[in-house]
Amino acid sequence: MTDASLNTPGAGPAAKPKSSLAVLDDRTKRRNASEARFKAYGLGAILIGIFFLVVLAVSIIRSGAPAFSRTVLDVEFNLSQEQVDGAEKELFKTKAYEQLFIAKLEEQLQASGMQVAFDAGAIERIVGKTGATIREHYKANPGDIGKPVSFELAASSRVDGYFNGRVTREALQDSRFLQLSDLDLVDALHDAGIIRGSFNWTFITGADSGVDNPGGAGIGASVVGSFFMMLVVLFLSLPIGVAASIYLEEFAKRNRFTDLIEVNISNLAAVPSIVFGILGLAVFIQFMHLPQSAPLVGGLVLTLMTLPTIIISTRASLNAVPPSIRDAALGVGASKMQAVFHHVLPLAMPGILTGTIIGLAQALGETAPLLLIGMVGFVARGYPDGIAAALPNRTRPCLPRSIHGRHAPM
Amino acid sequence: MPLFWLFLIVLAIAAVGFVIGRARAMTSAGGDSRDLHSLPSYYGWNVALKAAVPAFVVLVVWLLAQPFYINSTVSKMLPDSAIPESSSRGLVMAEVRRAANGLDNAVAQGVMTEEFARNARADITDVTQRLKDAGQIVTSQITQPVMHAAQRYRVLSQQGTTAMTIAVVAIALIGMFLGFRETTAAFRARNVVEAGIRALLVAAASIAVLTTLGIVLSLVFNTIEFFRLYPAWEFFTVLEWAPSFSGRGGSSELGVLPLLWGTFYISIVALAVAVPIGLFAAIYLSEYASPKVRAIAKPMLEVLAGIPTIVYGLFALLTVGPLLLSVFGDDGLGWMQAGTAVMTAGLVMGIMLIPFVSSLSDDIINSVPQSMRDGSYGLGATKSETIKQVIIPAALPGIVGAILLAASRAIGETMIVVLGAGAAARLSMNPFEAMTTVTAKIVSQLTGDADFASPEALVAFALGMTLFVLTLGLNIFALYIVRKYREQYE
Repeated sequence: MTDASLNTPGAGPAAKPKSSLAVLDDRTKRRNASEARFKAYGLGAILIGIFFLVVLAVSIIRSGAPAFSRTVLDVEFNLSQEQVDGAEKELFKTKAYEQLFIAKLEEQLQASGMQVAFDAGAIERIVGKTGATIREHYKANPGDIGKPVSFELAASSRVDGYFNGRVTREALQDSRFLQLSDLDLVDALHDAGIIRGSFNWTFITGADSGVDNPGGAGIGASVVGSFFMMLVVLFLSLPIGVAASIYLEEFAKRNRFTDLIEVNISNLAAVPSIVFGILGLAVFIQFMHLPQSAPLVGGLVLTLMTLPTIIISTRASLNAVPPSIRDAALGVGASKMQAVFHHVLPLAMPGILTGTIIGLAQALGETAPLLLIGMVGFVARGYPDGIAAALPNRTRPCLPRSIHGRHAPM
Repeated sequence: MPLFWLFLIVLAIAAVGFVIGRARAMTSAGGDSRDLHSLPSYYGWNVALKAAVPAFVVLVVWLLAQPFYINSTVSKMLPDSAIPESSSRGLVMAEVRRAANGLDNAVAQGVMTEEFARNARADITDVTQRLKDAGQIVTSQITQPVMHAAQRYRVLSQQGTTAMTIAVVAIALIGMFLGFRETTAAFRARNVVEAGIRALLVAAASIAVLTTLGIVLSLVFNTIEFFRLYPAWEFFTVLEWAPSFSGRGGSSELGVLPLLWGTFYISIVALAVAVPIGLFAAIYLSEYASPKVRAIAKPMLEVLAGIPTIVYGLFALLTVGPLLLSVFGDDGLGWMQAGTAVMTAGLVMGIMLIPFVSSLSDDIINSVPQSMRDGSYGLGATKSETIKQVIIPAALPGIVGAILLAASRAIGETMIVVLGAGAAARLSMNPFEAMTTVTAKIVSQLTGDADFASPEALVAFALGMTLFVLTLGLNIFALYIVRKYREQYE
């Protein structure tokens, strides 16, 4: 706008008589350069955004991928009835089993021609307490006594780290968790084929673990908890959301009450999620004494949180149904209710489902409100025990909360 | 699961009601549905709704009211002497509930007879030990008043559940009977059913109002309770945040200002990242990008909005924090002590907000009328001049609204700051220092095992109130600006 006037004849026709459109003057060049710069800023902004997305994805995948593999020790084990009886007579029963295990391991190492000295402490640092695992197995399966059984024991998370490069010989400091000499043993075991990598099924199926054993943690129980919560959210928020939208879009008259509802919905959509957590804590737990950490309470809180999302998208898709559909239905004698439920709603259904899925995804990833109502993985670790617990009324850890518990620097 | 069965029973009654209601209507019309006022299924729905809806309403109200009633009755039973010096009535009541639960489970497992659970005296038998042996989590030692209260609690709960079952089934049956009796050929069933459905729709729509009411009431009551224990004046003016660990005595300094400063500082860093990138991205997408580029770039940016905030938190903690530390830490410039800092949280939050700013601004820029662009081009302006001098000024109110909405999102964000910003409340200008925010402190004050009645726990509600008022104000202001702008062009 500002430059348009400069090329008018009044601005000094004699100054530059030979100006031509084919030759760019300085001013035009500057303007073109600034145009190119501006365009580059925009492109740069987009590229920065996409760059962040890629970095985020790569960093999450890189730090997450090792969790899917783990290091295990394969040990062929054969206990006779006498050995079991002997171990059961000892004062420290698991210790006795551990010694049996070490003897066996030594035997296997020697069989493959390795000669490495090690003690019980090293074994404990590498695979943790083995005695209890072995004892439990024989207690649970007395039939296995006298038969060869192959155990697959998970190595400690530091040994795991040694194999995928997280722990290096140079950086390792001797501690009660792992010593430099242990790594020699680990290498020997690796060469003998006793230690190998395998897919970490515990991570997929297991329950949350304590701080003492981060490598043994699984997401199984948390996924079940999240699933129950999503069921509650789906069964409450979809019908309520659709009903509310139908009322507001099709039936509500413009009055104070309708305005109040609409203002409330648009405000609730922007209320920070942690405030919904406070609501859940104060109303559902403090006032109504519903059980803490139950998927039911988590589901109720997340339902209230996702309702505005669902209502807003449902209203938009109801609004997008052409009025001719309603008019035609009314024209052939349907009541208003019939026109909406038989004709408008089915047409709006794809949009409604899209909105619902977005709302559910948002609820699935939500963490902050669940912290407040105590969906804590360390409190409730187990799987649902039986069909009664399949009703969302028991203490369940949920997925985002487990992630938080594992990394919170608190 | 008696509740689940009750639910099924009521549904079954409603289903039966539907069948017999429809059948009765058909009989009364002599088998010819043309003689009915409404379609036959409406008569069925009429009976089914009359059976199910009141029964479910009573069920829900009863479920909400029963624990409340039992709690207050049992609480009144506890003598003052049963409450230890260091404890409160609420904590003892929690003990009572735990004991009652333990008894219930022990009976269900078969290690205790119903008779024993009902009449055992804690001062004679070793109830605590027996419960612990049965794998129930109970308090270290159940005293006689607690035991007595727990037994009373169990009896009341059992009676309440029985009464509820009877009442709900009775109401369902009465509803079905009433609906059945009024079913005749001339009965205007469709109108009645539609009025009922309409009432249900209104009820669903009112839930939004109830939610807001619930939020406001739970915040207001607990905030008032907090200000009774801790002066409001100090809450808003003290420059220190140092809660003592609850129940140990000692006074806490609970000033909100360091937290607000942390919140604003982190939000400003976040907006400084998100606003330029988001705005330029929006301008490029709406003015320069070819449809093909737009179809790829816009969804990719919006993926950033769909990532759960806890994942951003992990990103801050595991990647961004260490990265910043290696540049600004002791090995580099020496400004930064730890990976968690204002900068870490602010940067990551900024990334999270990019799609928020860009898609809102994109919509707004797109809604600027094409004629304004054409006018500017016609005068010889380049594209960037048109954008800077015509489109941005026209879209400014909307863009400001979008930025305000992003700011309210930044203020209310929790997980990124819990993981990325540290836990120390500080009033400092250094963006590489750890600071904390209102939301992070709400989490830490309410997730400990602090006594619910202590100022250290209640302060979280006052913080929540502050947060709610702040974000609500920003939202209303932003919506007002956006709406005012929209009216100009539509």
